Amino acid sequence: MSETSSPKSEVKTTTCYMCACRCGIKVTLREGEIRYIEGNPAHPVNKGVLCAKGASGIMKQYSPARLTKPLLRKPNTDRGDADFEEISWERAFDIMEERLSNIRKTDPKKFALFTGRDQMQALTGLFAKNYGTPNYAAHGGFCSVNMAAGMIYTIGGSFWEFGGPDLERSKLFIMIGTAEDHSSNPMKVALSKFKRNGGRFISINPVRTGYSAIADEWVPIKPGTDGALMLALIHEIIKLGLYDREFLVQYTNSAQLVNLDEESSEYGMFLRTEIPEEEGCFDPQNKLWWDRTSNRAVVTHTEDADPRLMGEFTLDDGVNVKPAFQLLKERVEDYTPEWAEGITGISAEDIRRIAHEMGVTARDQKIELPISWTDTWGKEHDTVVGNPVSFHAMRGLAAHSNGFQAIRALSILMTILGTIDRPGGFRHKAPFPRPIPPCAKTPNTPHAVQPNMPLDGMPLGFPAEPDDLFVGDDGKPVRIDKAFSWEHPLSAHGLMHNVITNAWKGDPYPIDTLMIFMSNMAWNSTMNTQDVRKMLNDKNEDGEYKIPFLIVADAFNSETVAYADLVLPDTTYLERHDVMSMLDRPISEFEGPADSIRVPVVPPFGECKPFQEVLIELGSRLDLPVFVNKDGSKKYRDYPDFITNYETEPGSGIGFLAGWRGKGGEKFMRGEPNPNQWEMYAKNDCFYMHELPKSYQYMRNWNQGYLNWSQKHRLMRYAEPILIHVYSEVLQKFRLAAQGKTDSKQPPDHLRERVDTYFDPLPFYYEPLEAQAIDKHKYPLNAITQRPMAMYHAWDSQNAWLRQIHAHNYLYVSPQLGKKNSFEDGDWVWVESVWGKVRCMCRFSEAVEPNTVWTWNAIGKAKGAWNLASNANESNKGFLLNHVISEELPPNSKNEVFSNSDPVTGQAAWYDVRVRVYKADDQTTPETFPQFNAMQPQPNAPKRRNWLAYVAGKSRK
Amino acid sequence: MNPAFSVIFLTTLIGVGQGLFVAMVTGQSISALGFLPEQSNQYYVFGSIVVIGFLIAGLVASFFHLGHPERAWRAAAMWRTSWLSREVIVLPLLMGAVFVYGLINYSEWNLSELGITNGFKGDLALIVGIAGVVITFALFICTGMIYACIKFLQEWSHPLTVINFTLFGLCSGFLLATLIAQYRAPDFVSLFGGCSLVFLLLVLITRLWSLYRNSKIRHKSTLQSAIGIRHNKIQQKSQGFMGGSVNTRDFFHHVGPIFFKSIKWIFLLLVFPVAMALLISGMMQQSVVLLAIAFGLQYVGLLAERWFFFAQANHPQNLYYQTIS
Amino acid sequence: MDMKPSKKQLALVIDLNVCVGCHACVTSCKEWNTSGISGYMSDDNPYGEDPTGNFFNRVQTFEVGEYPNTETVHFPKSCLHCEEPPCVPVCPTGASYKREEDGIVLVDYDKCIGCRYCSWACPYGAREIDEHQKVMKKCTLCVDRIYDEELPKEERKPACVMACPTNARLFGDVHDPDSNVSVAIREEGGYALMPEWNTKPANHYLPRRRTQRSINDDELVRADNPLNKEIEVSKPNFDEPSLDDSTSW
Ligand SMILES: Nc1nc2c(c(=O)[nH]1)N[C@H]1C(S)=C(S)[C@@H](COP(=O)(O)OP(=O)(O)OC[C@H]3O[C@@H](n4cnc5c(=O)[nH]c(N)nc54)[C@H](O)[C@@H]3O)O[C@H]1N2
Ligand SMILES: Nc1nc2c(c(=O)[nH]1)N[C@H]1C(S)=C(S)[C@@H](COP(=O)(O)OP(=O)(O)OC[C@H]3O[C@@H](n4cnc5c(=O)[nH]c(N)nc54)[C@H](O)[C@@H]3O)O[C@H]1N2
Ligand code: SF4
Ligand code: SF4
Ligand code: SF4
Ligand code: SF4
Ligand code: SF4
Ligand SMILES: [Mo]
Repeated sequence: MSETSSPKSEVKTTTCYMCACRCGIKVTLREGEIRYIEGNPAHPVNKGVLCAKGASGIMKQYSPARLTKPLLRKPNTDRGDADFEEISWERAFDIMEERLSNIRKTDPKKFALFTGRDQMQALTGLFAKNYGTPNYAAHGGFCSVNMAAGMIYTIGGSFWEFGGPDLERSKLFIMIGTAEDHSSNPMKVALSKFKRNGGRFISINPVRTGYSAIADEWVPIKPGTDGALMLALIHEIIKLGLYDREFLVQYTNSAQLVNLDEESSEYGMFLRTEIPEEEGCFDPQNKLWWDRTSNRAVVTHTEDADPRLMGEFTLDDGVNVKPAFQLLKERVEDYTPEWAEGITGISAEDIRRIAHEMGVTARDQKIELPISWTDTWGKEHDTVVGNPVSFHAMRGLAAHSNGFQAIRALSILMTILGTIDRPGGFRHKAPFPRPIPPCAKTPNTPHAVQPNMPLDGMPLGFPAEPDDLFVGDDGKPVRIDKAFSWEHPLSAHGLMHNVITNAWKGDPYPIDTLMIFMSNMAWNSTMNTQDVRKMLNDKNEDGEYKIPFLIVADAFNSETVAYADLVLPDTTYLERHDVMSMLDRPISEFEGPADSIRVPVVPPFGECKPFQEVLIELGSRLDLPVFVNKDGSKKYRDYPDFITNYETEPGSGIGFLAGWRGKGGEKFMRGEPNPNQWEMYAKNDCFYMHELPKSYQYMRNWNQGYLNWSQKHRLMRYAEPILIHVYSEVLQKFRLAAQGKTDSKQPPDHLRERVDTYFDPLPFYYEPLEAQAIDKHKYPLNAITQRPMAMYHAWDSQNAWLRQIHAHNYLYVSPQLGKKNSFEDGDWVWVESVWGKVRCMCRFSEAVEPNTVWTWNAIGKAKGAWNLASNANESNKGFLLNHVISEELPPNSKNEVFSNSDPVTGQAAWYDVRVRVYKADDQTTPETFPQFNAMQPQPNAPKRRNWLAYVAGKSRK
Repeated sequence: MNPAFSVIFLTTLIGVGQGLFVAMVTGQSISALGFLPEQSNQYYVFGSIVVIGFLIAGLVASFFHLGHPERAWRAAAMWRTSWLSREVIVLPLLMGAVFVYGLINYSEWNLSELGITNGFKGDLALIVGIAGVVITFALFICTGMIYACIKFLQEWSHPLTVINFTLFGLCSGFLLATLIAQYRAPDFVSLFGGCSLVFLLLVLITRLWSLYRNSKIRHKSTLQSAIGIRHNKIQQKSQGFMGGSVNTRDFFHHVGPIFFKSIKWIFLLLVFPVAMALLISGMMQQSVVLLAIAFGLQYVGLLAERWFFFAQANHPQNLYYQTIS
Repeated sequence: MDMKPSKKQLALVIDLNVCVGCHACVTSCKEWNTSGISGYMSDDNPYGEDPTGNFFNRVQTFEVGEYPNTETVHFPKSCLHCEEPPCVPVCPTGASYKREEDGIVLVDYDKCIGCRYCSWACPYGAREIDEHQKVMKKCTLCVDRIYDEELPKEERKPACVMACPTNARLFGDVHDPDSNVSVAIREEGGYALMPEWNTKPANHYLPRRRTQRSINDDELVRADNPLNKEIEVSKPNFDEPSLDDSTSW
């Protein structure tokens, strides 16, 4: 009998969630069991392909690590013991309701909700806001906020979900510090087509694996030095005039005149005309150019004006001014290739060659598409022109404390090459581009947090000036993670990596309940893991835990589950409804907005309950305004009902899903709730895509048609052009405040210098903070991690197929290092940082920069976690680098302790850690260090079989 | 290769059986020709039983190698192409021949009973015996060729493999024959002992030759040909399957170089000088015990030899599976 | 033994130029086959020490050259469906066979006695005994997919080929000179593994190809250089001192 025709088989489509890439899948069931998961050819994200994880979904679904019932820590046991009793959902809700309603009545910020690699920040954020706590964030802060902020604050969009390289048309592609990233499958699909079309692919990465393996050129850079490389490339490109002048003039603030009057409170700000402009969350068009023909200042984009990019001029009122580009040119003057060679380890000759290749390719291989469009200044263009040089970068840039400025430099490099939202270059994905910075703001005063009230503003946002910071009059942070404070003003995604430490210290204040959803904060997503585990278990003198109550919502028996007081068993991605919403991280393509859903293909396992249902139930019980009717009754039956009927404001027509809105599904983006929306999505392979007219697909920052369209469909409030911030006034505003030049909110004195230094309106290079603070001779090596393509963080060690691929991890080192320090391939070595040490096995590799050592991320596991046997490779031979990475920097000369994060964005600086590596001679057991007491299996854990023979429809009988 | 004990026992046990059978038939022929005194029928019957015992023991050992012994009969199907299949046919054939040989000796059947008379006593047994010897050699060839026919296992792929299998079988079989003769037919001791010594010296030469040859082998397959990349510095850095797989288990011996080398010396010592000295002194002192020890130690040596034979073969698939990480 | 060349020879062609070593082919193969005609593909110690199991396709990684001129090569390998498969004639039961009609080398699990001899006779390490089912298993080229008329035509391809995100796995008839695989082999320099044994693998590999670009000096100095537009800026003022003020020659 044919596989597919078997009467007992059925095929359902949904969306994968073995990672955050959100590929469309078809799931074949045989007698109710999963026979096969394959890519859905009709899906825009993956077009039918799949990855190693996606194809191993079966083993996740039937994993013995699954949680099946709510669990309560037994009295008189310690956190970490994983000694639980099973309780009913009713009891779990009662416990939460009582606790959380008390907190809400008194001080809502004592409830903190932090979520990991989830895709439902729109809902969790809504819950937090309605609850009234500012203490909410997802993984962004420890993940890649530098990438988001660095680019969004420069070009109004970013990589991953928000935009990417147009490899279909590109000729030269430069990938920086990327191992796998979120666009797993689309990147692979595109990269292979690109190579086959003869495109040239350069990878800048200290390690050559994965994508870098197939690069035409590998540029092994020293970690943390990319900023220097970018600046030297900019230097060379400007020096040779290989920049796209036209583009810089029209579409960026390069030609705008900057005030050079040091005494003025407007110092370093753009000159503005007197014309009163409508104010709003956008960059008004009231700046000046220096017109070459008339040799005087004119309003930008004046017809027929030809502005200067370079030079120094004096305005009529005597103010000296320079175009922003002149300042950039001056900035990079000393950033020569020779200078960068000494920092990056890449020869000046190579840097020049690469710069020339970028510049010449951009200039000489122009693409012209016969697509007419109109810019925001009313000028009509017959064609769309593109310079086919594209870039992609990720955490290799982001996860350093100098990442924000490095990413600014990259964005500016992309900009001077004229490659933003143009064919063959970088292209946005809806809802980006957005104003610089986007409009969403947090409240800016502690008074926004009030008992029994929703938060007056969003828990996360994009500050545009010092007054937007979420601090008290004393300049002290309102949030537990100190986000949006003077320590990390532009921390758009929060600082999840500091939550536990801060809460434990009670700095800025103690909290009561910490709820963690889908994040393994007692293990791989935490820095300084050993101490964090102690903090979670630490008590005050009165015997009360320092963090009194810990709720963990997870689907599996993770290391963090062991520390929970209350465990909420979640469903898997194959068991629940989900939305990949336009309000969060949709699946949009270059061609237009798209979002998608997940529908259950198998029933929930045990008593698992989708976390969304938990939030809606809890929200209703707590009387949170969005979840209840006026009479206090439950507003939404369940999560699907919520998704169908929720609108951002009554009658706004905007909900979580953009497709098939309106009563009969005839509208999109905006429209009344459609009772059949889920079905319509499901019928369309679980996604909705709106393809924009060709003329709206490019130049969107300045595309009248697109901006009007996006305004009309309420993607944006304004249809104003989004000029690229080559020079960042936003940063300058913070700097002016730090210099005491403005009467905005002022940083506390001890932070003035810090803000003044790092809020430079032009990109600059500084050594990562940890390297500045420690003895580099003692710790000469950079230690970094990489994502393996066949594993997702902590999730997949429970997966019988995937864990065969990566059962444990080695430290990869250059053979030169082994020779120097007398150890051999395969030897046990110590990896020691100022913070601590781990013992592991090493492997020699010729594919790593000799001053760098690396390992796969999150392969090492705590003994017994994930219901693995206590002699599993993951815990005995696997190790976690996180033990030697700190969440805080060493105290500075004034004895102040800062987070080990980017001083601008609060991005966790994972890849700054410095180590030394030496042979472990003192070893008695062939085991990695540190080791922890074995975790127990969860109560009623699914059977852990000694051998598996999976056959769908037969295995579970 | 990773030596499988089932196969080690199979090849050595049937080797002994085969050698012993050749010895019996040789003895019987020579005494029929009148160069040595006649022996009792019981002696031949006993010998045949021992031969069959070894053959069966070998067969039983081989079953441990099979995933599905109940289907072993199927293995006869491909005699046209497969030496293994041929072995599977020839082995029972030999058992049959030995059985008939033993039965004839037991029943003292003669050609005369068919009306053919000649001067030889036990002529029928001899005819069957000589046919059996032919089958025995066929079996040696089949067994050896199973290994010798795999071209890319260059350590094996040589006539020496067949020659060594044969000579080891003969040498150990004749040694056992000497032992049995000492016990049951002392007249044959010198003949069998002498032959065993000759085979021992021969196989010493051929085995040393094959060891020498193996030490000089330049493997045709290299990492370069295995993955098709021409560069003289290639290293395998697996990224996956860290718990191992069939490929990492079945094709490599997984012992340290010292262990590996010592097995070689063990077999060289036990099979050759030790067995030789014990054999000679056993013969001189007409000691069953010494001869038994000689046989026992040589057999242990043969197990080591066969282990080494397998372990020393470099399977080209290992080029793909050298490191885990 | 000489086999009659089959009319058709289906095969995979693996393009090392684009393979990023993602293992998608590995697990999609496992997933398809464990519930397919191959029966289960067992896993031992799936949650314990040294987990190990039956896979028809594995990816290994090689490092070629020395730093900084290192190439990292990801190398997927499954049964190569040799045209002269040494694994077939050695099989005593006839369980291993090469199909006349399309050249696929298969194992008949009902006949196989699990003697492992064929796996010894495969130089590529492409055969794996299933330790529980006790029969020899290997890549089937997804015979239960590629002829399944219930599947849409474009999906009648091996599971690994469907999954491979870089399309590094091409599937087709290498005897048909116009097939995608033949063209790729011909035009991209496709090669066979261990040609020294004359096994004539049907599967081929496409080598790495490097795109390079060189830039001529005169491409860097051109009349349209935008710097020219800024140069006048540095023109000195008329009234600044000059030689004219000091001498008359
Ligand atoms: N050394 C080092 N550490 C790092 C990084 C690094 O590069 N180096 N990277 C950092 C980055 S960028 C990130 S994003 C973090 C990621 O780290 P985390 O956010 O901790 O992500 P995971 O490890 O994937 O763990 C998420 C948890 O979600 C659970 N889970 C999986 N599926 C579901 C589900 O459907 N529902 C629920 N409720 N739970 C589920 C898993 O069981 C797991 O416990 O790690 C960080 N840690
Ligand atoms: N398969 C799989 N896919 C994933 C994940 C996963 O766990 N598994 N995690 C997801 C998540 S949460 C995230 S955040 C993304 C992260 O996606 P990536 O950013 O691709 O992930 P990383 O592994 O952190 O990769 C960092 C890369 O940067 C390099 N690098 C480190 N330091 C430097 C440096 O200073 N300069 C340069 N140029 N390179 C450097 C490293 O060698 C590595 O190759 O991946 C997502 N996708
Ligand atoms: S990349 Fe893989 S794991 Fe991630 S969504 Fe796509 S198929 Fe699933
Ligand atoms: S799926 Fe494709 S890219 Fe991934 S390892 Fe296999 S062949 Fe290579
Ligand atoms: S690759 Fe190995 S198993 Fe496959 S046909 Fe060739 S020899 Fe036989
Ligand atoms: S293992 Fe099976 S297929 Fe292989 S040779 Fe033996 S009987 Fe034939
Ligand atoms: S063709 Fe089928 S059986 Fe062979 S490797 Fe690919 S998926 Fe596995
Ligand atoms: Mo992340």
